[in-house]
Amino acid sequence: MGHAALKDAPAGAAIVALPGAKPPGVVPLPPPAGRSRTRRLLPWLGTVLVNVLPPLVTVALIALFWQIAASGPQSSLPPPTKIWEEARDLIVEPFYWVGSQDIGLGWRILVSLQRVAIGFSLAAIVGVLLGSLVGQSVWAMRGLDPVFQVLRTVPPLAWLPLSLAAFRDSQPSAIFVIFITAIWPVIINTAVGIRNIPQDYRNVARVLRLNQLEFFVRIMVPSAAPYIFTGLRIGVGLSWLAIVAAEMLTGGVGIGFFIWDAWNSSRLSDIIVALIYIGIVGFALDRLVALVGSIVTRGTLTH
Amino acid sequence: MSYLKIDHVDKSFQRGAQTTAVLDDICLEIGQGEFVSVIGHSGCGKSTLLNIVAGLTPISAGAVLLEGREVRDPGPDRAVVFQNHSLLPWLTVYDNVALAVNKVFAGQKTRSERHDWVMHNLDLVQMAHARDRRPAEISGGMKQRVGIARGLAMKPKILLLDEPFGALDALTRAHLQDSVMQIHAALGNTMIMITHDVDEAVLLSDRIVMMTNGPSARIGEVLDIRLERPRRRLELVSDRTYIAAREAVLKFLYERHRFVEAA
Repeated sequence: MGHAALKDAPAGAAIVALPGAKPPGVVPLPPPAGRSRTRRLLPWLGTVLVNVLPPLVTVALIALFWQIAASGPQSSLPPPTKIWEEARDLIVEPFYWVGSQDIGLGWRILVSLQRVAIGFSLAAIVGVLLGSLVGQSVWAMRGLDPVFQVLRTVPPLAWLPLSLAAFRDSQPSAIFVIFITAIWPVIINTAVGIRNIPQDYRNVARVLRLNQLEFFVRIMVPSAAPYIFTGLRIGVGLSWLAIVAAEMLTGGVGIGFFIWDAWNSSRLSDIIVALIYIGIVGFALDRLVALVGSIVTRGTLTH
Repeated sequence: MSYLKIDHVDKSFQRGAQTTAVLDDICLEIGQGEFVSVIGHSGCGKSTLLNIVAGLTPISAGAVLLEGREVRDPGPDRAVVFQNHSLLPWLTVYDNVALAVNKVFAGQKTRSERHDWVMHNLDLVQMAHARDRRPAEISGGMKQRVGIARGLAMKPKILLLDEPFGALDALTRAHLQDSVMQIHAALGNTMIMITHDVDEAVLLSDRIVMMTNGPSARIGEVLDIRLERPRRRLELVSDRTYIAAREAVLKFLYERHRFVEAA
């Protein structure tokens, strides 16, 4: 019926003027809603709930189980309620400052983070440069790769005595341990990334006669960026693992020493709070590097 | 004296103790402004020949002379349009061309002149509208246009096209062929194009170089295409010279040098 009407309509007539049935395929738009803000917020709220609720439930279940398991009179570990009683100041006030050794966990975390930042930055710079060399030159790979493969299996803490002997101070020693822990994945992943640069990009560089530096900045680093960031992400995770262990031995005000100190004075609740802090910060570090990576490498992964 | 001279070029690849001869005694002279296509079956070494002219592949014996000077290394005077476009995915369309322009004309043009030159070349391939897009965001045909713009922007003495339209669908390919013909007519570039498409070769070329099958591929025949320019594909469909040229190439490829699949 609609079609017949279309034929009968005069040439100038607008389609809107069709009598009877609506033209097929035209869906009337809903009138502009006054509650559009809530409409836009609702799906967003939904995704937040979907992502946040399950881990909260898991945590609640773990806490409940833990509470029951650790409530017995012979229990050697404190239940959550006892932790809350004993270490409340640590939980609710991360940035208090009473004396040089009586400070909030936030400060301790910041001190550890600073060490990680220095050691990890050095590892990132040196690692990318060495990795580029190994990835680019066959002879560098033959000479260096076996050495790297052996050294990277040395556990971080095994470097500490040597580093203490060399630097004669705990601060640079801890930083060195971070550096030596984080550098291997950066080197190895960068080298793989460089080796995987498509021959086409190399040909483009050769036709343009890019020099070594231009090639490094313009082609090598952006092309290998996804690999480099994989290495950096592994590296930052390992650094955070190593700093806690290194600080237990070197002392000072880091979060690692806090745990050791708490153990020596049998403050188990404090240790558990510190563990949770460490886990959350490590998670944040990992996400941070991943975020930077996804911003820097946008466009690089897709061809 | 010819503009580009490929003089008794041999090429063999060595793998361990085994030597594979790819090209055997290739001699070819190309005049300035000429459009030459190289056609042959897969694996006959036509891409190797192009890479040798580009300087990307070293020669085993013989020489390539451009304006009387031997070429050994790659350089922007022999710009290459690669088969798979080879745009850098982390750069925008504009930056891909600008990378070449800024490198080649570093001391010769001011910053604004270089910008104008980038835009001029993007205009030439009708890609100025997509200057801020990344390669992943544009179609295959558009990528190849940008690849051509990058090649042209180097102001090369000779533009080398390595199966530039091989990966495109037929309609896009026809469109780009027309663009290349227009650019060739307007700028008078010397161009060498590798192709395995007979119609494309006849439509675009002044001469078609037909290669025999490898290993040890040689130049089998060189065919002059005496068709008036500008050429229009629709008119050529029934043109006698066109049909004859097409037939000659087809006969060469499918009668005398049939592709024998290596078992």
